[in-house]
Amino acid sequence: MKSLSELEAIRQKTLERIALRKEDRDDGVRIVIGMATCGIAAGARPVMAAFMDEIDRRHLRNVTVTQTGCIGMCRLEPMVDVIAADGSKVTYVKVNPEKARMIVADHIVNGHPVTEYTIGNYADQA
Amino acid sequence: MEYYRSHVLVCGGTGCTSSGSATLLKLLDEKLAEYGLEKEVKPIRTGCFGLCEAGPVVIVYPEGTFYSRVTPRDIDEIVSEHLLKGRVVKRLLHHAKQAETAVDLSLDEMPFYKHQTRVALRNCGVISPENIDEYLAFDGYKALEKCLLHMTPQEVTATVIASGLRGRGGGGFPTGIKWQLASKSESPVKYIICNADEGDPGAFMDRSVLEGDPHSVLEAMTIAGYAIGAHEGYIYVRAEYPIAVKRLEIAIEQAKGYGLLGENILESGFSFDIHIRLGAGAFVCGEETALMVSIEGRRGEPHPKPPFPAVKGLFDMPSNINNVETLANIPPIINKGPEWFRSMGTEKSPGTKVFALGGKINNTGLVEVPMGTPLRTVIYDIGGGIPGGKQFKAVQTGGPSGGCIPAELLDVPIEYDSLTAIGSMMGSGGMIVMDEDNCMVDIARFFLDFTVDESCGKCTPCRIGTKRMLEILDRIVSGKGEEGDIEKLEKLAETIKATALCGLGQTAPNPVLSTLRFFRHEYEAHIRDKKCPAHHCRALLEYVIGPDCRGCTACMKACPVGAITGEPKVVHHINPDKCIRCGACQTKCRFGAISRQ
Ligand SMILES: Cc1cc2nc3c(=O)[nH]c(=O)nc-3n(C[C@H](O)[C@H](O)[C@H](O)COP(=O)(O)O)c2cc1C
Repeated sequence: MKSLSELEAIRQKTLERIALRKEDRDDGVRIVIGMATCGIAAGARPVMAAFMDEIDRRHLRNVTVTQTGCIGMCRLEPMVDVIAADGSKVTYVKVNPEKARMIVADHIVNGHPVTEYTIGNYADQA
Repeated sequence: MEYYRSHVLVCGGTGCTSSGSATLLKLLDEKLAEYGLEKEVKPIRTGCFGLCEAGPVVIVYPEGTFYSRVTPRDIDEIVSEHLLKGRVVKRLLHHAKQAETAVDLSLDEMPFYKHQTRVALRNCGVISPENIDEYLAFDGYKALEKCLLHMTPQEVTATVIASGLRGRGGGGFPTGIKWQLASKSESPVKYIICNADEGDPGAFMDRSVLEGDPHSVLEAMTIAGYAIGAHEGYIYVRAEYPIAVKRLEIAIEQAKGYGLLGENILESGFSFDIHIRLGAGAFVCGEETALMVSIEGRRGEPHPKPPFPAVKGLFDMPSNINNVETLANIPPIINKGPEWFRSMGTEKSPGTKVFALGGKINNTGLVEVPMGTPLRTVIYDIGGGIPGGKQFKAVQTGGPSGGCIPAELLDVPIEYDSLTAIGSMMGSGGMIVMDEDNCMVDIARFFLDFTVDESCGKCTPCRIGTKRMLEILDRIVSGKGEEGDIEKLEKLAETIKATALCGLGQTAPNPVLSTLRFFRHEYEAHIRDKKCPAHHCRALLEYVIGPDCRGCTACMKACPVGAITGEPKVVHHINPDKCIRCGACQTKCRFGAISRQ
């Protein structure tokens, strides 16, 4: 026997788990990780694991993690795009698991992109 | 880790299960483990997605990528390419070959889904039907909470009346009115019955709801119980639906575990329990009075109404019987209100209706559209039209009780009254498409053959009358039709309609009457000219070799009775007296020189 509040808790918890199947997901943030051979070789897999773990620990809903192929700047991999609900995009380069956690905390939760890791900072050297 | 970045939905409906989706799931588990993705990607077995023609179907979220006809050999590629590297496996996309734009084609953009509005099927293919938590997350059991804790039974009934919901089992009777009648019958014991017999040939709407979203039916039955004052419910489901039965059993177990079924639900003081009864698959047992005696353990035969079930039903107690799809509409009506429901469909037929599309159509499967949608939209925009460049001839709705609708009436909106007006009916939702190769007399014969088989034999008009009609039709399609046969058919039909005991007999002549109405010339051609205009009826056709024949002798060798004569490199000839019309020659001919005439 579950009480009303327990049922509501199950609803919320399950929703977190399956939110990516809801159709009205448009308010969400997308994290897109370069996961081609170059990305994986540069360490994109642990970066993805870090993103997922951080999202899970913070119970963030409406955040989806997807991968993409090589976009041609292999030496800057692992590269990660954070795409906001309005479509605006910030590209991070040479991401590692620590940076990934910081991106979740500062950018996704608090809304401040971590400028020192963005592609703009590397573009001069590129 | 609780968070999965991706969900892989594998269809576990009956269609896809029989084309091997269970093996796919097992392989998927193995491959995910092999690539170390088992903590990131979650495979989920769901109910039917509807596009059965493309099965087995696999959908990858969050992208919503729709893979069709997936085989065990494809799983490695889906895992290593899509799930590991994020590269969509284009060759497996649905219709990837036809459409250039298929690259990004996801579920919602596919023409098959774009024109649909999914209410009864809202959770089918979206949630795991074996996990009550997922149903809860998609607003499951919220309607029950609202009814039990914040509404009186009268308010619940009034809401259903206001929605205008009509029975989806075929009759189209207003559901709320039926609940009100049952609630007014004074009795300490009443029953709620869910009709999941689904006997129309080719129909599988109810099966899909039960397989894909069993909790919605349980929730609705409990709400109906509260509304009419019943504490027990029965689901009468045919034994041919083993997956549906299993998922119902699991769902009942889980609902009881959470206190959403059983004693004192949500501490409201209201108790409700649900039993499952398996039917042996007789069509007549879908008729409500026969169904109830079958639950009682007696022979499934109908009896006259009145008394109506609302007064004297199961075990002689007041009962309310509703179809699966009718019930599946109840929770959203309670949650979103009657105005929302009325915003879909037409004034007299609000809401949506599920159809099982079959026959000569590209996208065989399950579709849900707002009432009032023209038949043309369903057949061409959703169904993708007729395969092989053939001409559309007619669409049959309402199964053995319904009728055929010809091409010139394709713009008729789909609703109860407009379909009845053109001699067909809504029925439970079977929709069989026919092309130029279908003989309409033979179609009528097919349905009548079904009703003769399924007649329970209790009343004479149905038992003997339908048999006589079938004999006449048999005669006509075998070239032995006589002048006056059409009139005899019409007379018998009118008599049976007027005198049969239950709906089975009363509607059995409809397929004959409607084909007579729109395709009378085909009957006349069979009888007078001894010709089948569709070149379908074996006894009335001839295989003829035309001038395209190169004299290759392939057909000669294929003919099992030596009916073909000719020299190499000279046009061959078929002797119609020897020919048994097996068609073997036509299959063998590489030049398309042999035709049916
Ligand atoms: C021969 C015959 C077969 C029927 N088969 C079914 C059936 O398979 N499923 C169904 O829901 N209703 C069937 N019905 C209609 C039921 O008698 C009844 O009208 C229906 O279950 C009421 O539910 P509804 O008001 O929700 O549509 C059948 C009726 C007849 C006459």
